[in-house]
Amino acid sequence: MSTSFPWLTALVVLPVLGAVALWALPAGWRGRTRAVALGFAIAELVLAVGALLAFDTADAAAHQLTETHSWIPALGVSYAVGVDGVGLVLVLMSVVLVPLVVLAAWREQGSLSVPTDRLRQYLALVLLLEAFIVLVFAARDVFLFYVVFEAMLIPVYFMIGMFGGEQRRYAAVKFLLYSLAGGLVMLVGVIALYLNGPRGADGFLTENLTGLALDPTLEKWLFLAFFLAFAIKAPMFPVHTWLPDAAQQAPAGTSTLLVGVLDKVGTFGMLTLCLPLFPDASRWAAPVIIVLAVVSILYGALLAIGQKDMMRLVAYTSVSHFGFIVLGIFAFSATSIAGSSFYMVNHGLSTGGLFLLVGFLAARRGSQQIADFGGLQKVVPVLAGTFLVIGLSALSLPGLSTFVSEFLVLVGTFTRHPAASIVATFGVVLAAIYVLWTYQRVFTGPVREELVAMPDLDTRERWVVGPLIALMLVFGFVPGPALDLVRPPADLTLQQVGVEPYVAPHGAQEGTDK
Amino acid sequence: MNAFTAPEIPWSLLSPALIVLLAAVAGVLVEAFVPARVRRPVQVTLGLAAPAAALVAVAALWSGVASDGGTAVVGGSIIVDGPTLVLQGTIALLALLSILVVADRTDTGEDAFAPSAAAVPSSDYEELARRRGLQQTEVYPLLLFAVGGMLIFPAAGDLLTLFVALEVLSLPLYLLTGMARRRRLLSQEAAMKYFLLGAFASAIMLFGIGLLYGYSGSLRYSEIADQALQVTGVDGLLLVGAVLVLAGLLFKVGAVPFHTWTPDVYQGAPTPITGFMAACTKVAAFGALLRIVYVVLPDLEWDLSVVLWTVAIATMVVGTVAALVQTDVKRILAYSSIAHAGFILTGIVALDESAIPAVLFYLLAYGAATIGAFGIVWLVRERSAGAGEEPGPVLGEATRLSQWTGLGRTHPLLAVTFALFLLSFAGIPLTAGFIGKFAVFSAAVEGGAWPLAVVGVLSSAAAAFFYVRIIVLMFFGGAGDGADEVTGGAAATVSDEPVEAPTPAGTSVTATLVEKATATTTTVVGSEGFAVVAIAVCAVLTVVLGIVPSPVLDLIGDVAQLLP
Repeated sequence: MSTSFPWLTALVVLPVLGAVALWALPAGWRGRTRAVALGFAIAELVLAVGALLAFDTADAAAHQLTETHSWIPALGVSYAVGVDGVGLVLVLMSVVLVPLVVLAAWREQGSLSVPTDRLRQYLALVLLLEAFIVLVFAARDVFLFYVVFEAMLIPVYFMIGMFGGEQRRYAAVKFLLYSLAGGLVMLVGVIALYLNGPRGADGFLTENLTGLALDPTLEKWLFLAFFLAFAIKAPMFPVHTWLPDAAQQAPAGTSTLLVGVLDKVGTFGMLTLCLPLFPDASRWAAPVIIVLAVVSILYGALLAIGQKDMMRLVAYTSVSHFGFIVLGIFAFSATSIAGSSFYMVNHGLSTGGLFLLVGFLAARRGSQQIADFGGLQKVVPVLAGTFLVIGLSALSLPGLSTFVSEFLVLVGTFTRHPAASIVATFGVVLAAIYVLWTYQRVFTGPVREELVAMPDLDTRERWVVGPLIALMLVFGFVPGPALDLVRPPADLTLQQVGVEPYVAPHGAQEGTDK
Repeated sequence: MNAFTAPEIPWSLLSPALIVLLAAVAGVLVEAFVPARVRRPVQVTLGLAAPAAALVAVAALWSGVASDGGTAVVGGSIIVDGPTLVLQGTIALLALLSILVVADRTDTGEDAFAPSAAAVPSSDYEELARRRGLQQTEVYPLLLFAVGGMLIFPAAGDLLTLFVALEVLSLPLYLLTGMARRRRLLSQEAAMKYFLLGAFASAIMLFGIGLLYGYSGSLRYSEIADQALQVTGVDGLLLVGAVLVLAGLLFKVGAVPFHTWTPDVYQGAPTPITGFMAACTKVAAFGALLRIVYVVLPDLEWDLSVVLWTVAIATMVVGTVAALVQTDVKRILAYSSIAHAGFILTGIVALDESAIPAVLFYLLAYGAATIGAFGIVWLVRERSAGAGEEPGPVLGEATRLSQWTGLGRTHPLLAVTFALFLLSFAGIPLTAGFIGKFAVFSAAVEGGAWPLAVVGVLSSAAAAFFYVRIIVLMFFGGAGDGADEVTGGAAATVSDEPVEAPTPAGTSVTATLVEKATATTTTVVGSEGFAVVAIAVCAVLTVVLGIVPSPVLDLIGDVAQLLP
């Protein structure tokens, strides 16, 4: 199903143009840096809505809006893009977040009234990253996916390293080396997969590599090569240690994109590459991965409770949430996979919101330490209220969209792995502790003297947080449209993995073990 | 024995090398007959025109070779086939870019070479030569001779031609290495080392050639290969001869365990020459290696693959690990070039048809980034603090890593370009280096050498660390916080704001070192612009070959058939 207008390519090109425009902005125009960046980000959002309208929601399992062009025929590489329901919602989530990040960065980088050159460079990197993000979710060619997967490290690396906090160099290098190590191992897998595929000028197309009859041992190795890269990216226990450092040191907007969007590439890759390409190996590895996912859920939550730095806290909550997503994917039930797909979107909104709010707090106080705050409820009621709502979304309060997805994951998992599901549920309890306890320490109690004059959220900041809360409420009460987009791809994935799509209720299921 | 019959020489097929060698001879005459004042412009013109003309000659020969697959000429001594043309084209292009860097002079009219290389360092005569503004324009003919040798090296079809080409390309390089304008003792020491070790390597290779001749009764690759087919079991003469010849070639590419000269020579040589050596010599030597391994040795695969695998793995690992602890930019690039030699060997060792275009592409990508990177190193200088407001004179290159701190802030465009080359070395997607690495590792996996690919990938990950470290210093380091990066003896950080020097109660030598270090700042020298052009071309090549490699890959792929 192809359309005449190349929606996805346009979605990739537009932010690149924006980045170039920002870099090349003539001196006289530099005062309008913010307007230009925001303009491009909003234009991108409008374009993405156009893509959504062009997408046939009745056929969400199929890749639509496809474009296929030969890129490097000598190596079997094509420029092939297209999105199914999951890809589309993730693209939409990303392009929603970017304008908010741009808006939130308004006063970052030491620019109070006049935008500095640093801000201009930062915003240009944000837009460049947006292009890579869209491309990675839309790639239908394994090589293209890999290229973008690696190339997007570079803008993030500079965003952390040039604009981050005290330990930014350490955090940036750790982030880059972790990701590169995973990525390069995946590279061997990519090469070996191609050589075992049909080869030829379009040998890297995902559809040409799906359903290969691979040697079982080879398939397991390939699966591991891919999975390791995605697990680092996601990040899962025990390869998550780069995330807290990166999130703590990066500017709030960068953390939002890094954790809210980029890390989704890991789980997205598991869902759209690992499972369809290596179905047998996926079933083989699932028990171990489910255990790791449950460990991630509990371990991330426990560490989050113990954090003193709010950015690190949010990062560890994400480790926990990514555990849920991975659990849902590898539980192999239609409900849990659809739940995980939807979870990816909700987590982007919820965690993105938390990072941005913590960023606002830190900008006011000059510190991210929880101990430096207290009693802010009375001083900044709006900030406190929004923090509470978004915090509650992190613990999956019914009525907010995260509840829907977490519930689906747990229910779906229960049909196959009741034990894992029950243990994972404790993650929700722990979430209540880390969210509410943080809220208590920061916003309740006596007002600290030095905080009395703290200003509340201004209009700009309300515009950053407002859309996120609105979206979470809308999806919380009316999740139907979004679920319609992610359910059919989930069914298709299950077929590809070779697991029966529907499980009889409460049957004596032993999971996927034979 | 038949009577001697003179071989028929098809001049046009030899034209790329002939043009360059003739220009080199003409350059010698220029030295003798052209007045000193106009010598430099004439030599520069000649030096740039010759590789350009060679490039045109390669282009002119292209369609013929592409259609008939190439021919062996001069009685089989020179083989003009697809890979030969690709390599000659690559060498000519890279030589052209290198000579651009070599020809560049700073604002004050200084080039990279000693005013009179024969003068004793720090002697009155040297000072006199400097004040008179003497210039060693012999550099250009020397370079052209080296390029001529390089053009013949990968085309050689017999071992004697191979050896002669090796000497023609090596001897000028030994000389050029010792001609640095600054730190002359270091430069001369490097030249001495290079010469002695190079002479040893040549002798070893010659011995190997002798053994192979003794075994097969012929110097031709094809005839040796035919003879090797007859072997059952292990033939000592053949095997030892092959190993010794390989050792000579592996010395030239800087593979472990024949790599020890590389860091010293790369550091000591004048930087533009280092770039030239690192790029062009490597292309030529790998070209020759490719032909020998694929034409002569397939029948020895079982005997030699152990050796080649070991060398490839050791080269990657040693190059990477040693680079991790370096504190000098030129030495880092030297070790990185060793690691890259290992990556390329991975492709060669794979002994797979798909490896030939992969290696050829890798060489082009690596060469472009190398020349660009060394070109930038040449431009980044120390400037002595001078008196009061007035900045002091520009000194030598600022090669200590700590001196690059904050360059991204003071000279963003230059630093971004350097970062681009580093990312290409590291093999980050959307740069030429990535496509090269991908192609080479694919060939290795395809040829069943997947353990090599795995080692290659792991060392790439480790190698990324030291490339990234430079980027970190340039962009993320503020003034003064580069100190923790310095691990070597030069502990004093040099940045835009000279820090207070600790005055140790140590020897006077330490004191002067520290004093000297704090008294300089890092700057980018203005130049006549040749180097900037070369760097820009390299940067464009690196990006274009990374994003749209197809035309070049197809071009190489069409002709990548070695003529037996």
